[in-house]
Amino acid sequence: MLSVIVFLPLAGALLVLAAGGRGDRHDREPLVRGLSLAVSLVTFAATLYLWWRFDPASADYQFVEQRAWLPAFGIQYLLGVDGISLFLVVLTGFLTPLALLSSWAAVHKSVKVFCFFLLALETALLGVFVAIDLFLFYLFWDAVLIPMYFLIGIWGYERRIYAAVKFILYTMAGSVLMLIAIIGLAWAYSAANGAPSFDLRELHTVTLPWAMQKWFFLAFALAFLIKVPLFPFHTWLPDAHVEAPTAGSVILAGVMLKMGTYGLLRFAFPLFPDAAHVFAPWIALLAVIGIIYGALVAMVQPDLKKLVAYSSVSHLGFVVLGLCAVNVQGVQGAVYQMVNHGVSTGALFMIVGMLSDRRHTRLISEFGGLKAVMPRLVAAFLLITLSSIALPGTNGFVGEFLILIGAFRWDPRLTACAATGVILSAVYMLWMFQRVNYGRVTNEKNRGLPDLNAREWGMMIPSAAVAIFMGVAPALFLRPMEPSIVRTIARIEGRMPATARASQPGLGARGRPASREPRATSDEPRATSHEPRAATSEPRATSCERRAAASDKKI
Amino acid sequence: MTDYAAIIPIVIVVLSAVAAMLAEAIRLPGERMPIYGFGLIGLVGAAVASLFLWNTDAHSFFVIRSDNFALFINLVLCVIGILTMMFSNDVVEREHIPAGEYYALTLFAISGMMMMAAATDLLVIFIALEILSLAVYVLTGIRRESPAGSEGAFKYFLLGAFSSAFFLYGIAFAFAVSNGSTRIEDIGRALSAQATGAPPMLALLAVGLLAVGFAFKISAVPFHMWTPDAYEGAPTIVTAFMSTGVKAAAFAAFVRVFLSALEPLQVHWIPILAVVAAATMILGTVVGVVQSNIKRMLAYSSIAHAGYMLLGIVSANSAGKAAILFYLLSYAVTNIGALGIVALLGTAKHQHDELRDFSGLWRTRPGLAGLMTIFLLSLGGIPPTAGFIGKWYIFTAAVQEGHYALAIIGVLTSVISVFFYLRIVVMMYMTEGADVVRPRISRMAMTGLGLATVATFYLGVLPTRVLDVALDSISTIF
Repeated sequence: MLSVIVFLPLAGALLVLAAGGRGDRHDREPLVRGLSLAVSLVTFAATLYLWWRFDPASADYQFVEQRAWLPAFGIQYLLGVDGISLFLVVLTGFLTPLALLSSWAAVHKSVKVFCFFLLALETALLGVFVAIDLFLFYLFWDAVLIPMYFLIGIWGYERRIYAAVKFILYTMAGSVLMLIAIIGLAWAYSAANGAPSFDLRELHTVTLPWAMQKWFFLAFALAFLIKVPLFPFHTWLPDAHVEAPTAGSVILAGVMLKMGTYGLLRFAFPLFPDAAHVFAPWIALLAVIGIIYGALVAMVQPDLKKLVAYSSVSHLGFVVLGLCAVNVQGVQGAVYQMVNHGVSTGALFMIVGMLSDRRHTRLISEFGGLKAVMPRLVAAFLLITLSSIALPGTNGFVGEFLILIGAFRWDPRLTACAATGVILSAVYMLWMFQRVNYGRVTNEKNRGLPDLNAREWGMMIPSAAVAIFMGVAPALFLRPMEPSIVRTIARIEGRMPATARASQPGLGARGRPASREPRATSDEPRATSHEPRAATSEPRATSCERRAAASDKKI
Repeated sequence: MTDYAAIIPIVIVVLSAVAAMLAEAIRLPGERMPIYGFGLIGLVGAAVASLFLWNTDAHSFFVIRSDNFALFINLVLCVIGILTMMFSNDVVEREHIPAGEYYALTLFAISGMMMMAAATDLLVIFIALEILSLAVYVLTGIRRESPAGSEGAFKYFLLGAFSSAFFLYGIAFAFAVSNGSTRIEDIGRALSAQATGAPPMLALLAVGLLAVGFAFKISAVPFHMWTPDAYEGAPTIVTAFMSTGVKAAAFAAFVRVFLSALEPLQVHWIPILAVVAAATMILGTVVGVVQSNIKRMLAYSSIAHAGYMLLGIVSANSAGKAAILFYLLSYAVTNIGALGIVALLGTAKHQHDELRDFSGLWRTRPGLAGLMTIFLLSLGGIPPTAGFIGKWYIFTAAVQEGHYALAIIGVLTSVISVFFYLRIVVMMYMTEGADVVRPRISRMAMTGLGLATVATFYLGVLPTRVLDVALDSISTIF
């Protein structure tokens, strides 16, 4: 089942390549486009079927496929999906057809190869989310880079080569260190159990000495944080986004950034819980800096695409903050927000793409008064903008609200700072929206631009519908997530050592008689400072609710 | 009769080389003759013979031993040779390379390589080294009208002669240490007998000098100076051949000598080789970044790859040894593929080896550009290709022994190397076409490229069998 979903796009990609004929044949373009769209839609249907068959009460990996692959190293072909990855799989399935549609007007150069890379990219992304063997995960993780590199480098805008190379080098530099850590982890397992294993479920049983755990965690975290991208590792993102074709941006923002946050939640935190406890506050601090910094930089961008790109830095900061809180609300909100961000930012990039298809510019100053010219497009734009700034009733609200609750229970100071990001996001998004769409038509070129056509309706309706649906019926999504999230949190927190191993009390250590080692004493002050606050977090949660609600009303 | 079993593959290759020479002698001027056919027959024959000898562990004359290790290298060399032969027919004609000499020398070089991998006596290793080196020196300068070729060949020859002298000197010291034997076994026995206490000065000198000899042949820093010039000056097809073949043979002997005979002195040579490996990886990649000639770039990349393989020797465990074997094979198919494409696009007038020559290749030759991309990604170690598994295996071996620093240098340099491999990709896909006339490529050569591609993916996706065979073949001798 999972293998079919993962490799269906790749098979389709090869088929498309074959159907495209030799060279760059324009007469085959409709065939190629139709075929690739069909493949991506079938894949999407398959992911929906997966969701339908998914047992929401179970925390285990479901639809597990297990086959020996490189038995000498304990490497397996091991796929499985749980509540955390399920929606990311569905999101990938959802966004790929939209990305294909968004390229119909913009891409005319070698359509065949474009569709090939986009579908190959889908396979790699799906693989990342369903692989639970670390080696296999790394394989897919690296394989993602290649199609994206070509998508940016061939079909991008002016500085595409620079952006493509920067993109691939940044992300690779982070991930190769993770490779070393993965190998080290497998051999640590081998030292304890006699044979190496890359099975995530098995690796949870390894207990690592602190020194190893620290370095391995940092290697994993670096790979993921570059991908997220967390401040100050974010510099590749604006370049990649601005130069990428619309379809590339949609996938990049919609799905690829989630690989980083997914990796943190799935691998870095649960595999190295002690290190996670120590480093999480620092990561959260960076996340909060990123939230505010991203928002402030977004505010002053003259380029629509760059604005949306920096808004991603800000939004993803929320996700990381929620993850660092390591409690059910925070993590649930983070996972929810991953999906939200995929839907709303994906749609924003599509809209920017539509504008730039029409005007061949993305500068905010070139637009103005579009409401009078293209009322339907602006209506869709408004809805997506509101979803992006987390208006109640849209998907963004649910995610950010949960994250803030969860984070508040953990560290109110950081959360208070982060909450300003909510306000700032309203500022930059609405200001941009106003400058682009309201007022008089100041630029003659904007008169007579065509409104949404059927294809664009086909992109906007699903995005808007999902954004609202996720806003009014979050339980449908949150329920299947919960068991897996609860288990993951238990794993991160529950592994407080009872042995003579170095112990690192931290974040969620409240109410547990943590054993104190000499090594741990240096961290004790920080731990104790958390505990009383955590104990009183329940009453304060309501004030957080009030404040979050208030900040939303201000909008 | 059993005495001769172990040398059968070598003899077959030598016979095919002789046949190539004879064919050249009876060839009328201007007559076209598929001399490469002799090479193909000989190499396939040698490969089949090697398969028959598998697990027999045959000895010949007490100095040639075709254990599974040597046979694995034989197979790698046959792969290298067969691919070279398949590309050669196009290139030899187009670049006016004297055909008979070219094929005969290539085949003689392969016979020397096979002998080097199978030799269990330092002197025989030396003889094999000279057989292959002399052939390769001549091949480097085979286009006599090319000044760059002559320069490269001369440099290679002079420096190579020096290193041979070092190597021979090292053998002399080893001879003294083992009380009058140049056999690898005897040396190992003598060294482990005196394992307690400080080793004699002579033994350390032997280790050092032998290491210099090998380091030269695998082009490890600081003995790499000849590599870029020789690789650039030689006809591209020769570059493809020697960058893989010489490396395979030299690494085979390196592993055999250092990880069996000189193993008792491990603590003394591992730190030195670790430094050499690190320097080789770093220099190869960093200098590779600034090259604008593809052959020079791939020359530096081959230096870097030698550094990765040295990591396997430094790890000195069974994973490391097997990793070297696997890496040699994966490097062979991908590097021959990449350089083969460069060779196939060249003509006598225009080498097609500058970076800008590749611009817009995707527009005119999408298939070739695609294959080149696959080979380059494999050289850069990106999954799901052979290069990724090879690197992964090497780094696994290093991490297993706790060489984290070396492994980290290894992965970071591979990221840098991806940068320069991608420069070629950028040229092919993302820039406008160069005004270059590119020759047609025969079906035979395309088949060769296809085989190399299949091998690249096979080793990258389903490496289990080959990994098992590699592990099995090192277990027979160490």
